[in-house]
Amino acid sequence: MAITLSASDAPSPPLSARLTPPQVWGIVLLAPYLLVFLAFVVYPVCYGLWLARQPSSYVALYHDPIFARAAINTLIFLVIGINIKMLIALFLSGFFAQQRPWIRWLSVIFILPWAVPSIPTILSVRFMLNPEWGVVNQLIFKFTGDDGPNWLNDPAVALAMAIGVHIWKSLPFWTLILLTGRLAISHDLYEASDVDGANWWQKFRYITWPSMQTLYITCTLLSMIWTLGDFNSVYLLTGGGPADLTHVLSTLGIRYLRLDQLSLAMASIVCAMPFVLPLVYFMMKRLSR
Amino acid sequence: MKLPTLRDVGTEAKLLLIGIPVFIWTMIPIYHMFVFAISPKEDAFSGKLWPTHPTLHNFSIVFHQQHYFLRDFWIQFWNSTVIALAVGALTLFVATAAAFSISRLRVPGGRAVMNLALFTYFIPAAFLAVPMYRTMGTYGLLNNHWSLILAMVTIAAPYAIWVLKQASDKLPVELDEAATMDGATTMQLFRLVYVPLMMPSLVAVGTYAILLAWNEYLYAFLLLSKDTDITLPVALGNFLAADDSPWELLMTTGFIYALPPAAVYYAFKRYMVGGLTAGAVKS
Repeated sequence: MAITLSASDAPSPPLSARLTPPQVWGIVLLAPYLLVFLAFVVYPVCYGLWLARQPSSYVALYHDPIFARAAINTLIFLVIGINIKMLIALFLSGFFAQQRPWIRWLSVIFILPWAVPSIPTILSVRFMLNPEWGVVNQLIFKFTGDDGPNWLNDPAVALAMAIGVHIWKSLPFWTLILLTGRLAISHDLYEASDVDGANWWQKFRYITWPSMQTLYITCTLLSMIWTLGDFNSVYLLTGGGPADLTHVLSTLGIRYLRLDQLSLAMASIVCAMPFVLPLVYFMMKRLSR
Repeated sequence: MKLPTLRDVGTEAKLLLIGIPVFIWTMIPIYHMFVFAISPKEDAFSGKLWPTHPTLHNFSIVFHQQHYFLRDFWIQFWNSTVIALAVGALTLFVATAAAFSISRLRVPGGRAVMNLALFTYFIPAAFLAVPMYRTMGTYGLLNNHWSLILAMVTIAAPYAIWVLKQASDKLPVELDEAATMDGATTMQLFRLVYVPLMMPSLVAVGTYAILLAWNEYLYAFLLLSKDTDITLPVALGNFLAADDSPWELLMTTGFIYALPPAAVYYAFKRYMVGGLTAGAVKS
């Protein structure tokens, strides 16, 4: 305490003693996080890039048909899946912005998929879709007398189901974020437009969308980056099957890792960089504005 | 009493037309899991919407570990709990110290560190997992609970720092100045002024980190492998390895596993939503 006082009493400290005691403490307190960051982010990333340096891994990837399929699946997942999800989230944020007691209750239930862990619920869906004992095909049999399709055995259907599971899991989160954005819009604007006789589309087009488009696009980009790392939806629902046709890049990387082909795993991730870097670049530009 | 007009009824009907599908869509997988958990084995596969003879027998089997797949249930439950709590405590420690340092002490380069930290989220989780797995091997931490704890702290901390920094920027500077005038040292300022004032945000961040660790599958699945070391989600995933998996027991275990995070979430909802989405609108 005496040191603090004398330091602040001194007229102008010399340049060499520019670090005041609080700043020394600042460095000490920042150190634990810096250590974690260096040991578990910087070092793994550099090490991973070093592992992916050999051209031979890329040749091997090029000749692996699973890789091309996984890249296409990832693209479908991101471009179609995420845009559908965000459009639904935008729509539902308008629904949940309505002031009704029952809607408030529904919003509490609506959060459940996000609050509960994904493993049991994804396995629950997986079993619903089981061709013999799953409840979906049982109901189809009960009502039509026909056997239902073998859902997870058709790559296109299985991928669509994985996208569905992903949407089920993460839709509440994005709806909540977009809802906070929507509630921040001044209510006066809507009242004024009511006076002017605007319909719902005009209100959306000229009031809601202009105030929300930055948030909406930021959310879409962020969701795309995070979805690239979504391992659970695909792995737990289809396991990459049938015949490794529904892999996405995240499950493929882990598949190579489990097969002890680490350089191939890293190479497949480096190949995903053309997806990731533009997203990160746009994201940085948006956030630094 | 005012009677609702036809127009009001129409709006309400339209809202219900959205609300009911949303409710069904949200509940189906959870309800399906619940029905399985309370169905006896014969009923479970009949595709009924409600079992003829609901029973808690499955829960009893799980709690008494009376199945090959469940023989380590309690120790796995314990692993999940310890790891989640450790991640919560460590994240709070690391993130509070960092946020205090960046926001209150204005350490040189602090902002740059935070931006770098947030950069972690631009690396998709499954992509970071691959080199992280190898790195943990280099550090000799594979199959050790510390590997999972440290990995989860790495993932939870940047967001925690960001939320705490946003919250502590709102505390008036005069508070620190007054405390320093009264002769408080930096650590006293931290302990006696900063931490008590930040309590609501600390609760939100701690809960967030605990839930993140409890719910994590991928890293747990990669970093731990021995049956007595793994956490519950990995054990659930292992059910899939066999063709004759006892699905009703899997769903029961899953239901038990999903309950704590849901309960914690709803108990701390007040803190969570306000504390965690505070900065969202700004961008």
